[in-house]
Amino acid sequence: MIPAAFDYSAPSTLGEAFALLKRHGDEAKILAGGHSLIPMMKLRFASPGHIIDINNIPGLSYIKEEGTYVKIGAMTREVELEESDIIKKKYPIFIDASKLIADPQVRNMGTIGGNIAHGDAANDHPAVMLALRAEIVITAENGSRVVPIDEFFFGFYSTAVQPGEILTEIKIPLPGKGSGGAYHKLERKVGDYATAGVAVQLTMDKDTCTYAGVGLTNVNAIPLRASRSEGILKGKKITDALIEQAAQFAAEDCSPSADLRGDEEFKRAMVKALVKRVMHKAIERAK
Amino acid sequence: MEKEIKITINGEEKTLKAEPRLLLVHLIRENLNLTGTHIGCDTSNCGACTILLDGKSVKSCTILALQAHGKKITTVEGLATAEGLHPIQEGFKENHALHCGFCTPGMMLRAVELLQKNPNPTEEEIRWGISGNLCRCTGYNNIVKAVQYAGAKMRGEKLPSTEPIFV
Repeated sequence: MIPAAFDYSAPSTLGEAFALLKRHGDEAKILAGGHSLIPMMKLRFASPGHIIDINNIPGLSYIKEEGTYVKIGAMTREVELEESDIIKKKYPIFIDASKLIADPQVRNMGTIGGNIAHGDAANDHPAVMLALRAEIVITAENGSRVVPIDEFFFGFYSTAVQPGEILTEIKIPLPGKGSGGAYHKLERKVGDYATAGVAVQLTMDKDTCTYAGVGLTNVNAIPLRASRSEGILKGKKITDALIEQAAQFAAEDCSPSADLRGDEEFKRAMVKALVKRVMHKAIERAK
Repeated sequence: MEKEIKITINGEEKTLKAEPRLLLVHLIRENLNLTGTHIGCDTSNCGACTILLDGKSVKSCTILALQAHGKKITTVEGLATAEGLHPIQEGFKENHALHCGFCTPGMMLRAVELLQKNPNPTEEEIRWGISGNLCRCTGYNNIVKAVQYAGAKMRGEKLPSTEPIFV
């Protein structure tokens, strides 16, 4: 219930944050919304020596259309995504995911940057990012670099963000005409992590699929792209048989761990069912 | 290593010292002696610790006291005014929306933000809206009625019946 003792700084600029990260090395941990980190610290699964609270740094929270992207600042709270007109119009898949993340109080604090930077395959945004082929902007003292989402997740709590760097922005390619997506997750109760979660973004040209992005939540050590499922749809006329195949591939390609939410067989069956359901919804929205 | 923070709690400005690992819920309960805010779990699930931080309902057990520096906090003790109970308190009272009362402060503060953002919510919106607050006693139906009652009162409309629902 009570974290181990630590030191705390609340920088007002990114520059100050980088200096602190440098000074404290691996004892340092960034605090954004804190709703993945602080619960871990309370259970003493994490005990960083120095917390760097970035909530007071201005300019990290925004949702804007620029060029061929929608750009979202890392400190944008989940509730802001839920309520954003741009997101509601362009990416209903986001609204699906945001509504299923924890509960309203957590969504008031939790940030999209934190959800992704935490590197937990149980978080909901990573699968959505995979489906949308998002790009992650990582900033350090000497500038920013852009990492495609497929190169972002390495392992349990392990991402492309290096020591001394901060995830500052998420760039999402603007959906083209005929694009639609959906996200759904099976959970034991409201607010739970996913037993299995599926994100699908499709672009349809009449009945033919020209783009497919499928991401899976919490059925693999790292957030998983269902590549075979995408491959079988792209360039083809979508039929129920094809969706069934895609769902089967996804169920085969993930590696769920047995836990209190279900055993492996159950989770695979749920992935299959969810892929079908979510794909139909995505197609509906694409039309 | 303690740090100093300035907060406004239920309208009153206070300066306090807190070590970094002090959780906001402990600052409220122990340093400020406002024990209406409750701790119901170890895992940020139950919502009994819900307070308003700059008007947003948040789980105070998952926030460091230092994060509240410069902010306004409202706890259950700050709901009633000299004029009387807050409509949400009246709603809970009139609709028998509490048994043991442990979840009630958190429920009410969540409802305050819910109604502030959505003054006329549907039943489904209320149920989703309180999905971060667990109640082991009531079965939630009367809590939903209480929120509907409070909403009607705040909109200046006729108050719904407080008779029990028989399903």
